[in-house]
Amino acid sequence: MISSSSKIILEVRNLSASVAGVGILKGINLTVRAGEVHAIMGPNGSGKSTFSKVLAGHPSYTVTGGEVIFQGKNLLELPPEERAHAGVFLAFQYPIEIPGVSNSAFLRLAYNTLHTRRGGEDLDPLEFNDYIREKSKIVEMDPSFLDRNVNEGFSGGEKKRNEILQMAVLDPTLAILDETDSGLDIDALRIVASGVNRLMTPNNAVIMVTHYQRLLNYITPDFVHVMRGGQIIKTGGKELALELETRGYDWVHA
Amino acid sequence: MSSTLDALINRPYEYGFVTDIESDALPKGLNEDVIRLISKKKNEPDWLLEFRLAAYRHWLTLTPPEWANITHPKVDFQDMVYYSAPKPRKKLASMDEVDPELLRTFEKLGVPMSERKALANVAVDVIFDSVSVATTYKDKLAEVGVIFCSFSEAVKEHPELIKKYLGSVVPTADNFYAALNSAVFTDGSFCYIPKGCRCPMDLSTYFRINNGESGQFERTLIVAEEGSYVSYLEGCTAPRFDTNQLHAAVVELVAMDNAEIKYSTVQNWYAGDENGVGGIYNFVTKRGLCKGINSKISWTQVETGSAITWKYPSCVLIGDNSIGEFYSVALTNHHQQADTGTKMIHIGKNTRSRIVSKGISAGQSNNSYRGLVKVGANAADARNYSQCDSMLIGATCGANTFPYIEVHNSSAKVEHEASTSRIGEDQMFYFASRGIGAEEAVSMIINGFCKEVFNHLPMEFAVEATQLLGLKLEGSVG
Ligand SMILES: Nc1ncnc2c1ncn2[C@@H]1O[C@H](COP(=O)(O)OP(=O)(O)O)[C@@H](O)[C@H]1O
Ligand SMILES: [Mg+2]
Repeated sequence: MISSSSKIILEVRNLSASVAGVGILKGINLTVRAGEVHAIMGPNGSGKSTFSKVLAGHPSYTVTGGEVIFQGKNLLELPPEERAHAGVFLAFQYPIEIPGVSNSAFLRLAYNTLHTRRGGEDLDPLEFNDYIREKSKIVEMDPSFLDRNVNEGFSGGEKKRNEILQMAVLDPTLAILDETDSGLDIDALRIVASGVNRLMTPNNAVIMVTHYQRLLNYITPDFVHVMRGGQIIKTGGKELALELETRGYDWVHA
Repeated sequence: MSSTLDALINRPYEYGFVTDIESDALPKGLNEDVIRLISKKKNEPDWLLEFRLAAYRHWLTLTPPEWANITHPKVDFQDMVYYSAPKPRKKLASMDEVDPELLRTFEKLGVPMSERKALANVAVDVIFDSVSVATTYKDKLAEVGVIFCSFSEAVKEHPELIKKYLGSVVPTADNFYAALNSAVFTDGSFCYIPKGCRCPMDLSTYFRINNGESGQFERTLIVAEEGSYVSYLEGCTAPRFDTNQLHAAVVELVAMDNAEIKYSTVQNWYAGDENGVGGIYNFVTKRGLCKGINSKISWTQVETGSAITWKYPSCVLIGDNSIGEFYSVALTNHHQQADTGTKMIHIGKNTRSRIVSKGISAGQSNNSYRGLVKVGANAADARNYSQCDSMLIGATCGANTFPYIEVHNSSAKVEHEASTSRIGEDQMFYFASRGIGAEEAVSMIINGFCKEVFNHLPMEFAVEATQLLGLKLEGSVG
């Protein structure tokens, strides 16, 4: 466990949000410090993906109350691309296919946009090629995936690996992984988890949304939160995940 | 759709200004006298007047085609001006004598009319309303035997060629709009590439409709003799009017043995406003004849303008081993309608055709691909490959493909592939979550989608096309 004196990266206070006029998130509180791994578990439909997308700024979701402070900034007033520039990354539960756009061109534009923002230099296609081949090793991805269109025709596991590759390229301060483990076989799970572990530093943090204890065998959480009905109703250490695995969610009450 | 994509698609049309220039125009309406008057104003030989009158009499027996997937109020052909020319119409000795107001207009449009200032190595013929106002680089082309001039001039200087080829690819009776054009066409471009000549520069015609009540009916004829090559570019814009103008052109291409014609269009007629008011009705007949063996005709079009586009650049593959190609990007936004595609008619043996069509629809627009691949009984071993991809931006637009295939020879191989994809909020959010804003995202998606077509455009045109699509799509996503 990280000492509670390390820097606060994310502070969520009493956050509520709705979609299509229906309230989904009903007062979420969460504090994430540098170096921490938080697991969010909970039954289907409890609002985990909604919470992840609200943090990343999906335009379909309306924040109806509360605040989110990310490294001292009011995250909620930034458009999604600026949240990404500020260091928030969302690995999608269902990664989107982009027809006609090659993975390498997509990754290069993302990299260059971010690095220009940070005052760095653009990489030309050749330089980027070297860079991205090196990064691909983190998720053991075959370089042929770089020439294919973004996520088009990728298997579930390949899409999830591609998400972690994007995380590696964008080097976020806060990575939110929404069910990155679902649909992965045991080898792919190991690859993805070790990729995430390699990207962890004392200065960044991870929020992992998951249903299963098995991911937590590879990435050890500092906190486990149970979400239900759009609220975090219980928080514990990693042993809470084991208990949820054996007893389910029904016994948990706010 | 959130506002970013909308703002992206909806940039205003930047060529919508009207040039204040005196014009010599006939009153509205069409009858034999009007046709005689046009012919007389242009000092035409009798055979051409007869050609016009025959076309007109046939046109009277026709009705406008109704099979296309487009809807519009009936066009009133009597409520239209059939001849409008900028004044004064004296013969120009050099570019310096062109009305400065006209020069400024084309300057504004980015058309290099002044030879000294022309950056690109492109010869330009400029058509303003009904007449050709200038052709550049004529002398340089004449040195290698290439004829590039306005149609009116060609009628005077090269009557034998015009007489031989006019209507030889698109007969006057071909269809309603071709018949109308044959009756009333006022000008256009003529190109003749002599035997064995590789045309030393791209040839280009730039069309501009300025008069709010005039239709534009131009005629382009390109003849490539044995073993020759030419790349021809066509561009067009029009001012913004809240009425609709009719553009009914006819383009005829003829390629002899081992000749190649590459015809590229970037069409940017005024498309009407965001409520669908105004804009050009673009009803055009374009056809190429691969007459000789091993000849090749390649159409590349980027269609972004017009309220309605009705257009099917086609290839008739007569010569053995001849090749027809059609590469198209058609973009519609707001209330635009496009029904466009191609016809590949295989007649000779071992003929090949390739169709790559990319339709992009945004707003409330409707975009249809309509294509015919026909293989005749004698076209042994003919091959066709067609690929039709549609991209929908947002939820309120539509796309259709209507492929027609007729094969009368069992050794032929015809392949057709089609796909539809939709760009919506989720795609835009995916880009955004990776730090990429809507404008760049749209341009990346569109460029990726159109890459195969853009690769076939001459360099300067490809750059223009890319920017144009970006402009047209400003604000339509996200
Ligand atoms: N775009 C949407 N439109 C309508 N309802 C939605 C939308 N997104 C999520 N919801 C609803 O919000 C609730 C929470 O969904 P979600 O956040 O995906 O849950 P989880 O990820 O925990 O399974 C569900 O009832 C779901 O149906
Ligand atoms: Mg979910």
